[in-house]
Amino acid sequence: MATDALLDVRGLAKSFGALRATDGVDLDVREGETHAIIGPNGAGKTTLIGQLAGNLRPDAGRIRFAGEDITALAAPARSRKGLARSFQITSIYREFTALDNVALAVQAHAGHSFRFWRPARSEPELRDPARAILEEVGLGARADVRAANLAHGEQRQLEIAMVLATRPRLMLLDEPVAGMGTDESQRMVRFLGGLKGKRTMVLVEHDMDAVFTLADRISVLVYGRIIASGTPEEIRANPEVRTAYLGEETEG
Amino acid sequence: MNLRARTLALVVVLLLLAAVPPVAALLDQPFYLDLFRRIMIFAIAALSLNLILGYGGMISFGHAVFLGVGAYAVGVLSHHGIQSGYLQWPVAIVASALVALAIGAISVRTSGVYFIMITLAFSQMLYYLGISIEEYGGDDGMRLTVRSQFPGLVNLDDGTAFYYLVFGLLVFFMFLVHRLVNSRFGMVIRAAKSNEARTRAIGFSPYAYRLMAFVIAGAMCGVAGALLVNHTSYLTPEFMNWTRSGELMFMVILGGIGTTLGPVLGAAVLLLLEDFLSGWTVHWQIILGPLLVLAVLFAKRGLAGLLPGGSRDGD
Amino acid sequence: MDPILVLEQTLNGLQLGVMLFLMAAGLTLVFGIMNLVNLAHGSLYMVGAYLATAFFQWTGSFLLAVPLALAGTLLAGIVVEVVALRTLYARDHLDQVLATFGLILFFNELIAILWGRAAIYAAAPTWLSGHIELFAGLRYPLYRLAIILVGVAVAALLWYVVTRTRLGMLIRAGASNRTMVAALGVNIRLLYTVVFGFGAALAGLAGLMAGPIYVVQPGMGEEILIQVFVVIVIGGIGSIRGAVAGALIVGMVDTLGRAFLKPTLATVLSPSAADTAGPALASMLIYMLMAAVLAARPEGLFPARGGG
Repeated sequence: MATDALLDVRGLAKSFGALRATDGVDLDVREGETHAIIGPNGAGKTTLIGQLAGNLRPDAGRIRFAGEDITALAAPARSRKGLARSFQITSIYREFTALDNVALAVQAHAGHSFRFWRPARSEPELRDPARAILEEVGLGARADVRAANLAHGEQRQLEIAMVLATRPRLMLLDEPVAGMGTDESQRMVRFLGGLKGKRTMVLVEHDMDAVFTLADRISVLVYGRIIASGTPEEIRANPEVRTAYLGEETEG
Repeated sequence: MNLRARTLALVVVLLLLAAVPPVAALLDQPFYLDLFRRIMIFAIAALSLNLILGYGGMISFGHAVFLGVGAYAVGVLSHHGIQSGYLQWPVAIVASALVALAIGAISVRTSGVYFIMITLAFSQMLYYLGISIEEYGGDDGMRLTVRSQFPGLVNLDDGTAFYYLVFGLLVFFMFLVHRLVNSRFGMVIRAAKSNEARTRAIGFSPYAYRLMAFVIAGAMCGVAGALLVNHTSYLTPEFMNWTRSGELMFMVILGGIGTTLGPVLGAAVLLLLEDFLSGWTVHWQIILGPLLVLAVLFAKRGLAGLLPGGSRDGD
Repeated sequence: MDPILVLEQTLNGLQLGVMLFLMAAGLTLVFGIMNLVNLAHGSLYMVGAYLATAFFQWTGSFLLAVPLALAGTLLAGIVVEVVALRTLYARDHLDQVLATFGLILFFNELIAILWGRAAIYAAAPTWLSGHIELFAGLRYPLYRLAIILVGVAVAALLWYVVTRTRLGMLIRAGASNRTMVAALGVNIRLLYTVVFGFGAALAGLAGLMAGPIYVVQPGMGEEILIQVFVVIVIGGIGSIRGAVAGALIVGMVDTLGRAFLKPTLATVLSPSAADTAGPALASMLIYMLMAAVLAARPEGLFPARGGG
């Protein structure tokens, strides 16, 4: 019973017709830890993330965040509580500049937005933190570039920047290095490594290098259930995991 | 660079519009005064639609209903003896805002095709309601015997003065929309259009903002309605007909979505085109129809998109 | 309230429901499969009505006019699909709305050029005019009864096709996953044209039946289209079951409302107040119903995801 868990998931279940995408998932994530969720394709990782982030309503089970039951809350409310998510397929504002993108994320947590007169782009309380975060992820020089014109890897960095800009207590990262080349993913992994301990992160990833570098604990999702959960060493040694997963996956 | 081109185009257009009365007087063609005043009134309506359609991505197919509400507010009050514009026009604004609130509260919850159909349905409902109320002319409509009175301010019976009033309001609303779309509020609306999932993920609940935008757009269009009824001195439920709504949408698209100048250009082009074609043949719609289809298929970015730099969000 | 009158109006409501269903089925299929918002659907209804009237006058035989009008509408629909709509499948809804709006203007004006703007008179064939005694005291117009029967037959046919044939299977598959259907090697273009033609035929059928009862004039398509939208919103987009439910509900509410709201109001209000409020409210009834349904179920009663 991890009562000090920041994120506490019990008995989560979701079916699509006859398909049990999530089949009774129990998960706990402690404050400050980096928790990776791995699993073969089709294991139900996307569905799980969707339910944690508030995009999908579970059929059963509950989710507690910082002691509060958030199962019924929709995505925007969860974000306001400090549960932020990045998307596997880059989801940014393509027509806006990188700075605008991050500033919007800052704006969402900087009081209400029923302000009709003053240009948002002239508000230092939005622009300054946004610039700082862009610097932090390494996009400082690209602040005024239209997001659509950024390289793929830079767009993934922008995703992370937007997550950080909401000052989250817990970051839900859905395949942060998806589609990145070796150099880029190493840089991203290094960056995320720099966040270890300072932020609580739940990482869904295929890239095993990234997972074993970053994770404090790993949970293995197979056919909608968590079949094992523990430290990287424990997972590596776990025979069930080997057969179900590691034996088949040879590259990230 | 593109910003400069846009601003220049904007200034040029406004100067041209401002020059119409003296030029019309010079050429002794009062018809042009009428035509361009009408264009500007519809430009205001298109501007209001652009706020929710162009910037907000809300495909409202019933926007003309607010022209009707504004017009009827003025017409009905006038019919009952209240001629003061100082009373009529605020009522027109409030009535339009309330109707927008009622329609929006239900429709804004939906999206996509549902939203299109629902806004269309509600606007037709009010159209049929207008037709069924015999007291105010039913489907024949009624005359506005006395224009809105603004003692001490402006005499709407003076064609030129009325023209400049409309012009002034157009400029005011263009400026207002410009401030709105660049404010925090406007950024949320635009973000929700650009990427709804991302907007929710960072913590915005778009509903309240969209509803607010819908109400503002409705109120603004209500002003256009009040202007329109004074312009034509006549009022019919046809103001609210869905074909009107379609025309407004075309003005927004033809002009260029998400630009300040777009709706003005769009209104001008569409109305001038209609005027030109109807001079040719009484069956001008059979030409306009396919023209519009072709415009949609091939000229997606609109006229403002032809300016250097292309179509960019915000000005 | 006279029970015979209520029964008669109920049948009328059923008859309106049938017309709405024929229109809604086509529209919702086209939307569900091709993701196309087709505002010009009403124009096909209008074409059906005008062709039927013209062929009937020309040949003197209703039985000949019906298939001719159907074929004509089907042809018109296919031409429109191939020439104008194919490019729209890939476009967003806004483009589709605007382009089909342009088509409406075109069709309305075309009809006005060919037949004039005034309403034309369409007669029912003599063997379908007159009344039939359904049971003691209830004499109902034969023509309207025929419409109801045709509608039920078509609904049954549609149900059979959609649930029991290969085409129907493709339609249902396409509604839930069109990329997959295309990947399976099905000729998507052909499928789309067939589905659209189907919808056009249904609209044409509704139109040709409508002539003798409703006003035949340019713009008639849009009047019914608005009601069809209400049907689809209430029933749920993309679902035949929803179209049936929505059509019946809207048909009933609208007909019974128009018939009985004024006299009902007259029992509580003054006659003159009921005189204005009655018809006004009755015309707004289905929209208020739509609003109520949306408040409770934003996706409609039977959204396609649930099946149908």
